[in-house]
Amino acid sequence: MGLPYLSRISAGAFVCLFLIAAFCRAQDRNPLAGDPKAAKAGEYEFRINCALCHGLGARGGGRGPDLTRAQKKFAHSDADMFQIISNGISGTAMPANGTNGQGVGMTDEEIWQIITYIRSQEVKAPAKPLGNAVHGKELFYGDANCSLCHMVEGKGGRVGPELTGVGGSRTRDAIIDSVRNPSRRLAWGLSEATKEFPQEYESVTVVTQEGKEIKGVTLNEDSFSVQIMDMNEQIHLLDKSTLRSFQKSRQSAMPPYGADVLSDKDLEDIVAFLLSVGAK
Amino acid sequence: MKIFANLLLRLLRGFPLPPLRLSLTATSICMTACLGTNAAHAQVTFERLVNAQKEPQNWMTYSGDYSGKRFSALDQINAADVRALQAKWVYQTAATGKLETTPLVVDGIMYATAQDDRAFALDARTGRPIWMYQRQVPSDIRPCCGHVNRGLAILGDKVFLGTLDAHVIALDAKTGAVVWDATAADYRTGHSFTVAPLAVKNLIVIGISGGEYGVRGFIDAYDADTGVRKWRFYTVPGPGEPGHDTWEGDSWKVGGAPAWNTGTYDPGTNQIFWPTGNPSPSNRGEGRAGDNLYSNSLLALNADTGKLNWYFQFTKHDEHDWDATQVPILIDAAKIDTDKTDKDGKHLIAQANRNGFFYLLDRTNGKLISATAYGKQTWSDSKDADGRPIANKNASPTLEGHTVCPGALGTTNWFPPTYDPQTNLFYVTARDQCDIFSTAPQPYEAGHAFYGSAYFPSEDAEPYLGFLKAIDPATGEIKQKFQHTSPTWSGVLSTAGGLVFSGDAEGNFIAFDAGSLKPLWHFQMGGAVYAAPMAFAVDGKEYVAIAAGSAVYAFGLP
Repeated sequence: MGLPYLSRISAGAFVCLFLIAAFCRAQDRNPLAGDPKAAKAGEYEFRINCALCHGLGARGGGRGPDLTRAQKKFAHSDADMFQIISNGISGTAMPANGTNGQGVGMTDEEIWQIITYIRSQEVKAPAKPLGNAVHGKELFYGDANCSLCHMVEGKGGRVGPELTGVGGSRTRDAIIDSVRNPSRRLAWGLSEATKEFPQEYESVTVVTQEGKEIKGVTLNEDSFSVQIMDMNEQIHLLDKSTLRSFQKSRQSAMPPYGADVLSDKDLEDIVAFLLSVGAK
Repeated sequence: MKIFANLLLRLLRGFPLPPLRLSLTATSICMTACLGTNAAHAQVTFERLVNAQKEPQNWMTYSGDYSGKRFSALDQINAADVRALQAKWVYQTAATGKLETTPLVVDGIMYATAQDDRAFALDARTGRPIWMYQRQVPSDIRPCCGHVNRGLAILGDKVFLGTLDAHVIALDAKTGAVVWDATAADYRTGHSFTVAPLAVKNLIVIGISGGEYGVRGFIDAYDADTGVRKWRFYTVPGPGEPGHDTWEGDSWKVGGAPAWNTGTYDPGTNQIFWPTGNPSPSNRGEGRAGDNLYSNSLLALNADTGKLNWYFQFTKHDEHDWDATQVPILIDAAKIDTDKTDKDGKHLIAQANRNGFFYLLDRTNGKLISATAYGKQTWSDSKDADGRPIANKNASPTLEGHTVCPGALGTTNWFPPTYDPQTNLFYVTARDQCDIFSTAPQPYEAGHAFYGSAYFPSEDAEPYLGFLKAIDPATGEIKQKFQHTSPTWSGVLSTAGGLVFSGDAEGNFIAFDAGSLKPLWHFQMGGAVYAAPMAFAVDGKEYVAIAAGSAVYAFGLP
């Protein structure tokens, strides 16, 4: 039974690839481009299929990039966008159409409607960025102390989320908010296959059997074990049953950067730095 | 010589070895422990299904027996020895996505399903495959929630599979060969089957999926020998039928009310109890004014004719996708002494509903006995004269978005609960999560998604909480609870060993003390659980099995 079973699957896969290739060639232009009716239908389709991650109004959500920016990281043309919505982006949380396990897939027409809607929402980026990226880089690695915990392009700390891609996936407003109010929405960390929610950067304090206190962030956790990175970037692998105490907090390990600590102008410069890196 | 030649022939053909040596050991053990024989390939008769509790070594229906209790009378694995439980085998399906199957085990052979309409038979002692089947599913199917399947039914010498392209097929239990193939509906209009069918008498009963596509829901019964359809009950009444006036205009034609989870059966009254799902479009009530019968209801059907005896609608005119498709459990317990309609505690039926309430009904007539919230809910502050929770005025989705608890995934979902007659508790996996419901009008188009609104997790409610809860069915009171690290999609099993088994989203399979819900044992399976556990015995040894990730796991004592 083994061989025919396998060969059936590979034959099927071959036919599928062939069909996708033939199909994609036919999809290089948006037949609904600029049609306001299609944009309205696309708005509702977007709410149903996309807004969970990309937010209402396509302005970015907890895990999906802001799509109102004219300059996008992956999708430059309508054809790119169609391909991405259809097939997802490997290595990211963006799933292929109809494969997220919740909700049905979209038809080609519905995908074009969504693209029409996204185009209608795009805001042209200002000609010049608001901040000074060169100064922002100096602050990030210097006086603002961001790099003590955050890594960008291989340089920096490990206790906080890696930020190389954040400028490509978050709005200016979202980045500013997460610096001013880091506890409002904890960053998402490790995503496990088929698990519904990713781990978050929750703060944790444990006391071991020996009475040693460890403070840090959870890298991962289940009902029986926890993996912690402490503030010195040491990883601790612990069985919950052996701990004297285990306290988690949704108060971010990152201190809130008020305007007294980091001026609006300096923050704008750091945002400009992150946006410039994220656009690469 | 003839025996050896026969053995060689069987080996060459890839058949399993005849259980000569094993049946001897099995018989001797069974004399003392009464834990199962290896009388392989006996016919599974309707009488055996009715009396399933007499052969606890086998698990012959989706929920273990007709009552839906998902309780195993096996007690070899118990609260005293469960800490020694260990993995015995793992079967990899090579499928991707969510594996939702509950395996069946009959006389030493396990029958289960996997994604993309795979079915397989395994040696239940070792996990070694005996046969494999995979349907050639059309590439343009679009089931709402993954290419999932929840399991098989078995009757006679056949197993029965509902497919993603809305066929019902019978497979030979010894070879996996297709015996018959019946088309129930057109998959291109959004019809599909994901449910494990239920074998009753000589009928294979099955309910359709497609509430996200505006199908008109139905429950079918097929002749197990021939595949000829014997009856169909439309869950949305047509013109002239009672309940038709609960739909506005032509909305009944696309009214949904699918029937995508396995019901239960009372042999005493020959009634099938089958739950139904959301009206379509699932999150928008505009255009379908009325109660929208028989969406989100429990139906009592005559098993022979499919005629409706009674119904109970849990959520009227639903706008939050709160399918009532949770397994309804038959409870006959003198301990449950309610004054209302059923003094002796017999003839009850209980459901922990997706809308956040636990319902207890008299199953002879469908009268509500009690309804009690068992999770966070904001949609109902009042009850009608019968005691049924009714929706607040402001619970409907709005254009700007309106937060309602539970969210669209519900306080619970399809994963089956268990009722333990030893503790007299009803155990259910529950979630506290609120969603923002926002309208997004869509016209109906055949085969297109038909939601009518969108929902997003409400950030105010983060983090979302997941629990295993033990409910006293008589009062609805939560007697114990265990909080998971995050919400899980695992069903629950209870056993005579004083244990409750369930899984979690982090990949653990956990044995709990049935009284305290303290975890006594766990095993990390490496993939999230979207399935329910079951128990069986072969050769006098008890096993507990569950699907996780892309594999089926079996556990036993050393």
